[in-house]
Amino acid sequence: MISAEQKKRARNVGYGYLGLAVITLVIFSRRPGDAGFRLTEGGFSLTLPAQQFAYIFGIVFVGLGAAQLWRGLGKVSNIVLALATAMFVMSFLSWATSGESFSLVGMLQDTVSRSVPITLGALAGILCERSGVINIAIEGMLLAGAFMGAVGASLTNLWFGTIIAILTGMLLAWVLAVFSIKYRVDQVIVGFAINFFALGITSFLSFRVLVPNPDYNSLVPVMPISVPLLSKIPFIGQILFVQTIFVYFSFAAVALLTWAMYRTRWGLRTRAAGEYPKAAGTLGVDVIRLRYRNLLIAGAVAGIGGAWWPIGTVGRFDQNITGGRGFIALAAVIFGRWHPVGAFSGAIVFAFAEAVRLKIGNFDTGIPSEFLLMAPYLVTLVVVAGFVGASRAPKAAGQPYDEQ
Amino acid sequence: MKLELRGITKKFPGVIANDSVNLSISTGEVLALVGENGAGKSTLMNVLYGLYKADEGEILVDGTAVNFHSPADAIKAGIGMVHQHFMLVPVFSVAENVVLGSEPTKRFGALDIERARKQVREVSDRYNLNLDPDAIVEDLPVGVRQRVEIVKVLLRDAKIVVFDEPTAVLTPSEIVEFFSIVRTLTDAGKGVVFITHKLKEALTIADRINVLRRGKVVGDADPKTASESHIAEMMVGRPVQLTVNKATASPKQVVLDVKDLSIIDPDGRLIVENVSFNVRAGEIVGVAGVQGNGQTELVEAISGLRRTSQGSLTLDGKDITEASPRQRHTLGMGHVPEDRQRQGLVTGMTITENLVLTRYHDSEFCNGFKMKWSKAKEKAKELVQSYDIRTSDPDQMASTLSGGNQQKVIVARELSRDIRLVLAAQPTRGIDVGSIEYIHEQIVKERDSGTAILIVSTELDEVMALSDRILVMYRGKVVADLDPKKASHMDVGLYMAGSRPENAVGVNS
Amino acid sequence: MKELIKSLRYTFLALLASLLVGAIIIVVTDIDALKSGDFGKAFSTVFTAYKSLFQGSFWGLRSISNTITGTTPLLLSGLAVSVAFKAGLFNIGATGQMLAGGMTALWVGFTMTGPGWLQVPLAVIAGAIGGALYGGIAGVLKARTGAHEVITTIMLNSIASFLVLWLLKTTTFQREGRPDPISKLVVDEARLPRLFGFLDGRSDLVAHAGFFVALLATFAYWYLLKRTTLGFELRATGLNSDAAKYAGMKSKSLTVVAMLLAGGFAGMAGATEVLGTYGYASTSLAGNIGFDAIAVALLGQSSPIGTLVAAVLFGALQAGGRSMQANTDVPVDLIIVLRALIVMFVAAPLLVKAMFRVKSQVTSQGQTFRGWGG
Repeated sequence: MISAEQKKRARNVGYGYLGLAVITLVIFSRRPGDAGFRLTEGGFSLTLPAQQFAYIFGIVFVGLGAAQLWRGLGKVSNIVLALATAMFVMSFLSWATSGESFSLVGMLQDTVSRSVPITLGALAGILCERSGVINIAIEGMLLAGAFMGAVGASLTNLWFGTIIAILTGMLLAWVLAVFSIKYRVDQVIVGFAINFFALGITSFLSFRVLVPNPDYNSLVPVMPISVPLLSKIPFIGQILFVQTIFVYFSFAAVALLTWAMYRTRWGLRTRAAGEYPKAAGTLGVDVIRLRYRNLLIAGAVAGIGGAWWPIGTVGRFDQNITGGRGFIALAAVIFGRWHPVGAFSGAIVFAFAEAVRLKIGNFDTGIPSEFLLMAPYLVTLVVVAGFVGASRAPKAAGQPYDEQ
Repeated sequence: MKLELRGITKKFPGVIANDSVNLSISTGEVLALVGENGAGKSTLMNVLYGLYKADEGEILVDGTAVNFHSPADAIKAGIGMVHQHFMLVPVFSVAENVVLGSEPTKRFGALDIERARKQVREVSDRYNLNLDPDAIVEDLPVGVRQRVEIVKVLLRDAKIVVFDEPTAVLTPSEIVEFFSIVRTLTDAGKGVVFITHKLKEALTIADRINVLRRGKVVGDADPKTASESHIAEMMVGRPVQLTVNKATASPKQVVLDVKDLSIIDPDGRLIVENVSFNVRAGEIVGVAGVQGNGQTELVEAISGLRRTSQGSLTLDGKDITEASPRQRHTLGMGHVPEDRQRQGLVTGMTITENLVLTRYHDSEFCNGFKMKWSKAKEKAKELVQSYDIRTSDPDQMASTLSGGNQQKVIVARELSRDIRLVLAAQPTRGIDVGSIEYIHEQIVKERDSGTAILIVSTELDEVMALSDRILVMYRGKVVADLDPKKASHMDVGLYMAGSRPENAVGVNS
Repeated sequence: MKELIKSLRYTFLALLASLLVGAIIIVVTDIDALKSGDFGKAFSTVFTAYKSLFQGSFWGLRSISNTITGTTPLLLSGLAVSVAFKAGLFNIGATGQMLAGGMTALWVGFTMTGPGWLQVPLAVIAGAIGGALYGGIAGVLKARTGAHEVITTIMLNSIASFLVLWLLKTTTFQREGRPDPISKLVVDEARLPRLFGFLDGRSDLVAHAGFFVALLATFAYWYLLKRTTLGFELRATGLNSDAAKYAGMKSKSLTVVAMLLAGGFAGMAGATEVLGTYGYASTSLAGNIGFDAIAVALLGQSSPIGTLVAAVLFGALQAGGRSMQANTDVPVDLIIVLRALIVMFVAAPLLVKAMFRVKSQVTSQGQTFRGWGG
């Protein structure tokens, strides 16, 4: 049986393909010329004829759209969707770079690095929401973590700075926990208040303390570590395994959380607390304590995500350095349907968009750069509009737990 | 093991839910705790289970006082509880639900799901419960979910098992099956507390009966000698009429006509399949069936809240298949929805506002843009009077009313309009006997004035007592059209369970 | 009236509590004082800071004018969040809607010619329409696809700011001879009249008639909620969308209408800034106002009077904060901290009650957000 809603969704995907086809055929085919992508640091590069590529992919999209609208692609539709997205991105890149060349490997390396705070922020969101507390405060936790990480690392060392950032994230998470769990204040209000507070206090302190004392905000960030053997894999090795410890930590965190959430006692209890806390409560699970603990873990994870800015990249704190990445992380949580791997892929998508815009924002494509800059947000809008209907949020997220 | 409650008192703002209650239960016996809705049965059991802290009194296990701070303590002391609303995580498997809170683990806290499966299979086999540990709970029928709850309790080695209104969601044959499970439990040396408001069942299964009224134990009864009406009187505090008083119906023209109706839910499941029936002016048609057999969706489709995927609906000869809920209201459809808190009322609004919720757009109450609140207030005063809604001020929030009075608000609002058809889903669920009697009376009165009435209830007794004609739904289909005067309880029950009684009587052509 | 007093009282207590915490923050961040142990100086900083905070917000005509100027956009954008809350929606998009409204009003303001009594209202209405249409996008997306407004409005904010950046570089909008993204000037006839324009030679009194637009909008919001069928429908949908559907209300249309109204209010905020405060548009037109608007709505519990009180308080803090930064070495960002604390204290009545031992029950404001499903 296929319900009206499912038909509608399938139809929307079909129109989506046709939309991609139009963009590819009309816009991406405009610029003749070859696009050069450097695939290794050495200089091995791939050259693609942009126009021909656009025509081929455009026709493929028309075909996919027609197939989807005519009878649906059934079980393979998700795989096809992923492939189509990759093709579209490829076509876009060829169009934007046609006549020039740039380092693809460098851009992808940058993508992976930039995904760290979004991934960790999203994991913090998943930890909270899976146990039944909505975490709007990811942005605040990242920002406060970045600030304290910068100060801590400047005054002591990088390790200690990271620990301070972790403690800061945990402190804010504890505030969220006390207000939303104990005092049962609306979770969104507390979350937002924490965001305001973090933004205000870090700006305030950066003017009042950091500006007159520049040595409080100056450190040498960590260097990338090449993983033996793995980093020697062509192309992939450079992208995934010549990275800072923050990147490796975020990989590990995604893997660990996925395992823990679906394969352990803790995960079972956490998901129960997020879906139907009373079921866990009546079996003697202390839901309140579980939520406290998970929020604190989330705070710690977000704290590390915040520390990425000063310690993982730029070596200092600037006012509002997170620039809304916490909200992007929230979008990644929804995009990834509350699954760590899903959220990670969401984070990669956003980070990729950021890297693209930094890399080829300067190329003259004939389209105002502002439109390229807003593209990731437009894409998110379309994706959320198309996907969220099918997603399944933890049922109890947002509801205070009443022990009776 | 012997469990005793002594002088338990539990107060909530404005009410004394339990007033120095004494109770005792030993292993091997079945104690029935009866009382009407709101008498304090559930509160008492929540005190026993460590969910509430009693203001006064003590709990004794084998003579020693114990202190339960949480369900964990109660579980440790050998008390298990099967809640009225099942405490199951819908997206989890049976095994995951059963072991939640006492999970078998391997190294690093990894879940040993293999052992969990084995545990479920063992207990399920020992007590003949027949459960698949890998089934996902939300796909299971209600009766099976209850067995999952029972396994949960047994696996934790409970000596005393409390069942809170366990039969509310079962078919008559499932109830019989349930009773045999209860017997197996007592034979295995467990004590059972059976909370119910259904006296027949209490009389059938219990060894002793305790009656609770307004938070107090008002007496006990011996099921061998006591009569139903006697216990009912103790329960309510006055003689109670056990049947609905009504004259024979004289049905006239068809008001609601349902033809070949099918509903597919958003996940692609076929919920209602090719249902056809009609309701005439001046008759009450009752839809019987176990919860989850498509009745909810059927009512939602008739009221316009759910899309149909096939078939047609006609009201007074007009095709309303594609009509909006508002159009259906205007054409004379009144609807008492299944869940008053979720659908029927906006509890954060005043009683007045709730009384005009489905008719604020009438020219009586607004001029298309501006509300005539003074008119609405007048109307509210009038309805509060004539429908006996107990409140000091209609401008108070609807959340301040008791369940019975909230239901009266909905009934008043829907019946006082100019209507041709009433859809009433679970019209008396969870409310006190006085309100039940009153609402039944109003429904019969409405029928006698020539309105067509469709009642949906999972309480078979209610359907049997009120209806002039009974439709039985099973797995989305109407499987029988019966005459309640001729068909027996047991026959209806068999239809509800999906089988067909031999030599069935009372089948309408 | 009762509502106003209650609202004032709690706001006042929360303000007091947050000023207390703010003072502690000022003292412990005075690094020099901490190093030298001169706490007398630190405490005198607190005193001067709060003195100039108060003087800068209420003391003298100029301060009052600044408070009024600051309050106007806060009140209008606060209403944008409040009306959405009432309908059960969380509008984080006031920034984008304000930009859309501001740009529309700007365009009308520098292209149209005609008498001022016609130009000003037309430009304001144009702003409202521009904001409404932009807000409506999130409403339509929610109604048609179920996309959550929290995500879509965040994305729409970013999209709007890039759109504005682009527009301000087009020949239609960019001021002649300027290389940076800054707009043409609104013609004088379309400027909102200055409130203290009758005082000769006081060009520093920038308060403008946009304040009356905001007050009018607040009244309209009150009237909508309490007196109209639409208001009844919005409130019912916000409190219990299932019951609203059952009652025959069209929840999807109401979602769109609520977002149109929200965008309209925010659009007016943009219009009054462009037509009143600045006379032109730049990329910093909306600033962080979307966040401030949320704080205003939360503090005002989405009620018309509460939103008004909260907006005035935040406007005063903003005006005072600037003079505080000018007169002491305490950065204006302390104001954001104070706002966060005020919201927190108001949201947690138990805490304030414990701090001040107030004996009174606080009515719960219900939940603003019911999970991601609805």
